[in-house]
Amino acid sequence: MTTAAPAACRQENRADGGRARLWAFGALAVLLVLGAAFSESLCPFDPYAQNLSAALQPPSPEHFFGTDRYGRDLLSRVIAGSRASIFGTILLVTLIAALGTVVGVFAGWTGGRLDAVLMRLSDMFLAFPGLVFALAVAGVLGGGLHNAILALAAISWPKYARIARSQTLAVRESAFMKAARLSGSPEGKIIRKHLLPNIAGPILVTAMLDIGTMMMELAGLSFLGLGAKPPAAEWGSMMSESRGLMTTVPWSVYAPGLAIFVSVMVFNLLGDAVRDALDPKMRER
Amino acid sequence: MDGPILSVRNLTKIFSRRGQPDVTAVNDATFEVRPGECLGIIGESGSGKSTVAHMITRLLEPTAGQIFLDGEEITRLRGAGRRRLYQKVQMVFQTPVESFDPRRTLGDGVGESLENAGMSAAAVREEVARLLAVCGLPAEFADRYPHQASGGECQRAAIARAIAIRPALLVCDEATSALDVTIQRDVIGLLARLRRELAMACLFICHDIALVQDFCDRVLVMHRGRIVERGTPDEVIRSPREEYTKMLIDSVL
Repeated sequence: MTTAAPAACRQENRADGGRARLWAFGALAVLLVLGAAFSESLCPFDPYAQNLSAALQPPSPEHFFGTDRYGRDLLSRVIAGSRASIFGTILLVTLIAALGTVVGVFAGWTGGRLDAVLMRLSDMFLAFPGLVFALAVAGVLGGGLHNAILALAAISWPKYARIARSQTLAVRESAFMKAARLSGSPEGKIIRKHLLPNIAGPILVTAMLDIGTMMMELAGLSFLGLGAKPPAAEWGSMMSESRGLMTTVPWSVYAPGLAIFVSVMVFNLLGDAVRDALDPKMRER
Repeated sequence: MDGPILSVRNLTKIFSRRGQPDVTAVNDATFEVRPGECLGIIGESGSGKSTVAHMITRLLEPTAGQIFLDGEEITRLRGAGRRRLYQKVQMVFQTPVESFDPRRTLGDGVGESLENAGMSAAAVREEVARLLAVCGLPAEFADRYPHQASGGECQRAAIARAIAIRPALLVCDEATSALDVTIQRDVIGLLARLRRELAMACLFICHDIALVQDFCDRVLVMHRGRIVERGTPDEVIRSPREEYTKMLIDSVL
């Protein structure tokens, strides 16, 4: 008893701490998303207005992040760029998670030849170095944010298909799935009511953790000129535009870099918190 | 007298995997269960008892042989036919907690077959509470999750789930094996009462010959996939014909 009580206590503390983290990072993520949604009204200056007489100013109370080589306010550009970077990433992750889950569940549930074909296909995609393949796809499709998202989606879904398939295989054999069958539920209902909720956890966590990675890859493609096109404000392309000035005007690279760093961090930590919160053993007894 | 509720003829299951030798889990099993009767199947683990249960409930595909339920052949039933089968046969599983979806309440699990039978949500709720009460659980258990109930409580809920649509045959696959000895007795008592009240036939699969003794009308002994002995519990326990049965009895009694 004496050892059991503190252990239970600790678990409760962990659960409480986990919930607090979930709320904190959830709130920060919501703040980022809201900021992106209302970016136009949040910008102190017009992010596209050039003023060559005020070019390359260092950070000051007026221009918090300084100005770039065309005299555009960097803070405004970072805020305006959040829309493309954050919404683009969320759209991308939603797309690949949904596509991968559908393929994975289908393969795992039906099994047999179809399963083998779908999984070899996803192996083929996984065998390519991701960003290189995305570069090729984006190169073929042409530049632009939409094509960059499509390129990254084309190479990123197999990870989700793998997870969804292995989870489906594991859950399919569990006693409660047999019980669901015995209740006379048709297969569609069993998949919807019993399978998907039980495999959603790992997929959701992977998706949350992927927001950070995908944000970087999307910025990476933009940096290489295959994503958002200048003068559109997007963090990756902003870094690319200023990369020649890195040694002389470092703030022009720091501003979008810091924005990427902070957003990636917030979404990664939120992903961690979601993973802990979804662990059924962490739930209250 | 009516025909048998369950009739199994020459049932065989062979598990084959590429690169591995075939495993004959059930070899030419033939037996019947009459309406209202309780038939026990005993044997050590790996003797094929559970495989028989899974084939009867169509959770496993038989390799050969035939299964008739209430005169209708069900050996290869699929789709809607198989769903209809579950209005006549139900199963209680070995793992009580794991037999409920961890993300849904016990009430959801108990009521799912009623919901599928077209009952309204309110009627399902009411019926679930009644079924839980019949199985000795307070109505509040309908809102609990499996991890919030003990193994015995989950098994009572599982029995409530199994009797919800009043099956003619209840298959209990080691339904008491995962429970404490005292709770085992309670669950057996509950099953015995329900069997009387609902006039339900029962296929009771168990490795503990002592439990089978009071509960079953007849028993089969399975060994390495074959039925090696059959008779009333008294006959089998008092005068076993097979060496294996003697060993099985000696190890328990």
